[in-house]
Amino acid sequence: MFGRLSLSAIPFDYHITMIAVGGSILLGLAILALITYYGKWTYLWKEWLTSVDHKKIGIMYIILALVMLLRGFSDAILMRSQQAIAAGTSQGFLTPDHFNQIFSAHGTIMIVFMAMPFLVGLMNIAVPQQIGARDVAFPFMNSLSLWLTAAGALLVMVSLGLGEFSKAGWSGYAPLTELKYSPGTGTDYWIWAFQIAGIGSLLTSINFLVTIIKMRAPGMSLMRMPIFVWTASATILLMLFAFPVLTAALAMLTLDRYLGMHFFTNSLGGNMMMYVNLFWMWGHPEVYIVILPAFGIFSEVVATFSGKRLFGYTSMVWATAAIMILSFVVWLHHFFTMGASPDVNVFFGITTMMIAVPTGVKVFNWLFTMYRGRIRFTSPMYWTVGFIVTFVIGGMAGVLLASPPADYVLHNSLFLIAHFHNMLIPGALFGFFAGYTYWFPKAIGFRLNEEWGKRAFWCWIIGFYLAFMPLYVLGFMGMPRRMDHYANTAWHPLLLVAASGAGVILLGIFSQMVQLFVSIRERNTARDLTGDPWDGRTLEWATSSPPAVYNFARIPVVHDIDAFADMKEKGIVHQRPDRYHDIRMPKNTAKGFVIGALTFLFGFAMIWYIWWLAIVAAVGILITVIARAADDDTEYTIPAAEVEQIESRRYRETASTASSHLSGGENTPEPLPQV
Amino acid sequence: MTTDASTIDSVRTEEIEHPDTIANQAFGFWLYLMSDLVLFATIFATFAVLRHNYAGGPTGKDLFHLPYVFGETMVLLFSSATYGLVVLAMRQGNKALVLRWLVVTFLLGLGFISMEINEFYHLILDGNGPGISGFLSAFFTLVGTHGTHVAFGLMWMAVMMGQIIAKGLTSPVQSRLLRLSMFWHFLDIVWIGVFTVVYLMGVM
Repeated sequence: MFGRLSLSAIPFDYHITMIAVGGSILLGLAILALITYYGKWTYLWKEWLTSVDHKKIGIMYIILALVMLLRGFSDAILMRSQQAIAAGTSQGFLTPDHFNQIFSAHGTIMIVFMAMPFLVGLMNIAVPQQIGARDVAFPFMNSLSLWLTAAGALLVMVSLGLGEFSKAGWSGYAPLTELKYSPGTGTDYWIWAFQIAGIGSLLTSINFLVTIIKMRAPGMSLMRMPIFVWTASATILLMLFAFPVLTAALAMLTLDRYLGMHFFTNSLGGNMMMYVNLFWMWGHPEVYIVILPAFGIFSEVVATFSGKRLFGYTSMVWATAAIMILSFVVWLHHFFTMGASPDVNVFFGITTMMIAVPTGVKVFNWLFTMYRGRIRFTSPMYWTVGFIVTFVIGGMAGVLLASPPADYVLHNSLFLIAHFHNMLIPGALFGFFAGYTYWFPKAIGFRLNEEWGKRAFWCWIIGFYLAFMPLYVLGFMGMPRRMDHYANTAWHPLLLVAASGAGVILLGIFSQMVQLFVSIRERNTARDLTGDPWDGRTLEWATSSPPAVYNFARIPVVHDIDAFADMKEKGIVHQRPDRYHDIRMPKNTAKGFVIGALTFLFGFAMIWYIWWLAIVAAVGILITVIARAADDDTEYTIPAAEVEQIESRRYRETASTASSHLSGGENTPEPLPQV
Repeated sequence: MTTDASTIDSVRTEEIEHPDTIANQAFGFWLYLMSDLVLFATIFATFAVLRHNYAGGPTGKDLFHLPYVFGETMVLLFSSATYGLVVLAMRQGNKALVLRWLVVTFLLGLGFISMEINEFYHLILDGNGPGISGFLSAFFTLVGTHGTHVAFGLMWMAVMMGQIIAKGLTSPVQSRLLRLSMFWHFLDIVWIGVFTVVYLMGVM
């Protein structure tokens, strides 16, 4: 009836886990109670869970990412604490078994359930508005992608309290992940969470590529697209071509585990190195999938807050394209030590080093954008400058690792851990934080508190250096990654420093929570009535904050790269059109949510071998899809009169905030809000 | 009409405000097919790596019966042709003819799947299941993935027949029929790869 699920699946002897489970359940119950108390269930269901509006879906993606960031960071601080304690005779407070689950969960969560939802969320909020569109091409599919990602994330969370998580690392190398060596449910949780979220990402990529190719405002040729749209396009293309490889690799591992096949086993004709190849054929592009949108955000931020057009727009586009293509021909550098011939290693070493060239182009473009600009040091700008300085260090460590002989020495050591955190924390996460601060007023309607934002930045960057620079040294001292205990006490002092760094980052996260709280409390002092709080340059700032459901009452015409800055210069911003038209918008639907919920059930049933439930869920998904396919009445009309009403209200609000740049003409930056 | 540069004249606005949904859907479906092609390419590559890993088990030469698979191939290719006739009938707006050719296509597709299931059934019955060797795992997965796609295509076709009867040849229904056409021909192309790489090269 319940497959291999029984009460013994609850890990009562892991006290830390049980506290986390208890805390999560209590927090969840508290939230449910609050929703009930305020009678918000109908609102939540009608306005959010069933919404197909790209802006709301974006906000929900980012909430998911922030929650998972907390979870992933809890794992990080546990690992740092364990390694700070478990030296010499001390065994620390985590069992090896538990420690292995923690590092596997940390990597999986941070990449698949933090970085991916964060970037997809930011893309959802910004891309349609930046290209002057009213929504994405397939709004229902967008909602479906969100709920598939959430279903995967929920599986990871459930693994905390029921069964276990994978102990084989986030990359899940075979044959360790084969049934013979990992008989528990951990690997299955990892497989299904990964697989379901991956399908969500694939749907997102199709959706956004059609949106960007087909739905740009008139006049916006490819070389007039905002740079964030360009980097988003590159990311989407990478997703479109990389994710199927992951899908196939995970499916083969699933077949090995469930049907006794021999793809990656070390007997009967399996080939385990094939798994490693397939995983990194997805895994390396994945690194650029998360980093390229952040590059786009930095480019937008640096241009806006320098009050200048981005330096070298064309070279930025080509650098992005070059990185995109090169990212498909470097995967082997993740396993130089596999023992391929020197020729093969040299090829992949050189292609890896070549990536530094377009990336260097980008760094210089950002610097030259700031050069002689009228820089306003807001917190998004802090994240950007912090990124440039820190990322260059990580990049140089990467070029060092790209040399196969050096890699043979440093492979699997903490040097590698230091390197990729040095790329992904500044390169991706700082970018997402910059984008979160930058687009927050657009999505929500008021600005985030600057003072707490800057405190968060300083804590993060100082904490980052404290936590990861020692790991470079430890790597040179020969310390391998993923150790739950070590005998060599010479490593101990540096691991204490690293742990203190994690503590400082914790303060940064705390500052971000306070920032959100303070900003919501003081929202009336930081409202953005103009729709353009930063003196922005691209079309998303032409809509109100938050935008009307249709974004643009009339689709704008684009004449320049920085379309909105161009309009401001010509003084034609917010000119009222002579008349409005009816607008067709997609209707909300619960089917995305329903399919997400059923997919969660399907994954859960497969993990616990509850075959009847898996069949029921699969049939349910099929029926929902067929029902959706039969529905030809998926849109509704907003009459022109209603559009006019909404727009008039906006013009009244805008007029009440007399601000210099609205009248056009002089392009003087608006003074920053005093905090 | 004003010469306001921030908006455009109403004729073009109308166009923009009603994006060509059918074209968008067709393009989106193309992109899906491209990613599906990468999925098949990955499985083909895996098969290429494992195709000689017999682990003491049977080889392709021992197992494959070419005339049978050739028959299977012909059935699928003919179904592609008859689907072409579906699209031609659709262009003429002939609902009855569309349905007739859809039924023929469906039966041919069902024939293909039945032949494939029959082949699998006998292989497993003779003790040559997917758990015997790396080669057989890759064989069952590659051929089976194609077969699963065909099975989903058949389900889609059944749903379309229901939609045509219930709604007639409306524009959304035509759009779906066109995408199913792309899917069906795509599976044909993939099968030609399977027939060549798995069966022909397997018995050589």
